[in-house]
Amino acid sequence: MKFSDEFETRFTMMARHYPTKRSVLVPALLYAQDEIGYLSDEVIQEIARRLELTELDVRNVISYYSMLTTKPRGKYNVQVCTNIACMLRGGEELFAHCRKKLGIGHKQTTQDGRFTLEEVECIGACSWAPAIQVNYDFHENLTVEKLDKVLDGYQK
Amino acid sequence: MASLVSHPDEVKVVSRRFGQGATNIDRYLELDGYKAVQKAFAMEPDAIINEVKNSGLRGRGGAGFSTGMKWSFVPKQSAKPKYVLCNGDESEPGTCKDRLIFEHDPHAVIEGVMIAALAVGSQTGYIYIRGEYRYLSIIMQKALADAYARGFLGKNIFGSGRDLDIYWHGGAGAYEVGEESALMESLEGKRGIPRIRPPFPAVVGLWGGPTVINNAETLASVPHIILGGAEWYAKVGTPKNGGTRLFCLSGNLEKPGVYELPMGYNLRKMIYEVGGGIPNGRELKAVVPGGSSTPVLLPEEIDISMDFDSVAKAGSMLGSGGVVVLDDTNCIVKFALRTMKFYRHESCGWCIPCREGTDWLEKTLTRFHAGGGLKKDIDNIQYLSENMLGRTFCPLGDAAAMPTIAFVKKFRKEFEDHLEGRPCPFERAGAVEQLPVLA
Repeated sequence: MKFSDEFETRFTMMARHYPTKRSVLVPALLYAQDEIGYLSDEVIQEIARRLELTELDVRNVISYYSMLTTKPRGKYNVQVCTNIACMLRGGEELFAHCRKKLGIGHKQTTQDGRFTLEEVECIGACSWAPAIQVNYDFHENLTVEKLDKVLDGYQK
Repeated sequence: MASLVSHPDEVKVVSRRFGQGATNIDRYLELDGYKAVQKAFAMEPDAIINEVKNSGLRGRGGAGFSTGMKWSFVPKQSAKPKYVLCNGDESEPGTCKDRLIFEHDPHAVIEGVMIAALAVGSQTGYIYIRGEYRYLSIIMQKALADAYARGFLGKNIFGSGRDLDIYWHGGAGAYEVGEESALMESLEGKRGIPRIRPPFPAVVGLWGGPTVINNAETLASVPHIILGGAEWYAKVGTPKNGGTRLFCLSGNLEKPGVYELPMGYNLRKMIYEVGGGIPNGRELKAVVPGGSSTPVLLPEEIDISMDFDSVAKAGSMLGSGGVVVLDDTNCIVKFALRTMKFYRHESCGWCIPCREGTDWLEKTLTRFHAGGGLKKDIDNIQYLSENMLGRTFCPLGDAAAMPTIAFVKKFRKEFEDHLEGRPCPFERAGAVEQLPVLA
């Protein structure tokens, strides 16, 4: 199991921030996932080894956090917020449009592996609703037309 | 990234440096940055705590507890290290204010953590930022690195002989972690299962050491209080509710946005003047005044002062400052259902009343909204919710129950309109598309 140099530098630095090794776990898992695409068995084994935890400990933590996944995702994870503030301004319509356009449902991935679709809870964009996040990028004040343009931008 | 708005009634304290380029440390210094912490160095710890107490600053995360009081609970002597933990795990639906603080004024948060550390005698601080806010953790990491490079953090800060380290920490998606004991569990690398209290974090917190936990907006307010003085800050607000607050206006409004208004600002004015009123000539139906967990208010209940005590008197909560406005095209049953779906998703399952309660309520509300509701369900929804109150380790159970009770009490007729297989009276094709969306 090999991570990038950037990951290793960050991991070493983060490890110095806490009195216990274990504290690095959540951010380290997220950075590992960003790099590998998902938390594979190898990633879990490696992180567990480094932090002197059991694999079960690590899996227990993974299952708690909604951003962590043990299943591969598409290159772009389209996260559509349908929580109250977005719902009032058309979040559900955006989600329905994504389903139709991408031909997939919640937590499914397109055949070409480009997009995964996810209906998510509040992403903190309430005053700029409706909003989506593609990977970590926010797209706000959307309409169906604007959403089409956003998704087309990720086609390349 | 997130666009800024303004209104003449705003009193800019926390948002003073928004849009001023203050993520740059030199610019921050030009705008009175790191002056408050230097002033705090010349003060006794108790004097800092008293100043914050006298300012009337209350927790901006939602509970509204006196910040100075919270700090005073930390024991002076401790065998274990003491910690300051900034809660930037903003996830209460309707709330998007800490995001702006991190984006525009990250050094104010750092400076607030520093002052808190001086007040309670801590040498280590953590700034926890929710995982979805990756771009903000990048901004924060740069701000911290710049502060270290200037000698504001690390060994012998400002030549004072004191050492102080502050680190950032990232989450990975969990609403519950915004609760302070779950936040500590998460920072320790575990599932965010809440801890039982007492002992309170001020006595036994991170790794067993005394820990002060404050919301990001609370901490970002502290430097302004130290510089401007408690008296000035207290005067901006109403008695026992010092200062200003970032109100996140969202939902069916002409001009949604995050506005900094004095504590005690009138809710009707907030909706109709600051927020520009309800678009498309529609009528106001309901307001959720402080994030999704706060009981809904009716149009005739909005002539209230938006401070912790007045909103509590009106039967709701000022909460996290998320004001969600609903116009009369919205179905309350559907809104209640969406709220419950969120809490069911976020319940960690540790406490049975919350785990089972949110699940049953979501199922009942789903059936209800689809036209399969029974008359007795209406009372059952209320009964179930009432039995969740106060029966869980953390307030997530309460957060799910409180708004639901209010929806049933205040909109019982609307629940009845869904009975006997009738389709939802509000499901009209294209209803939502008519809403204007800001460019």
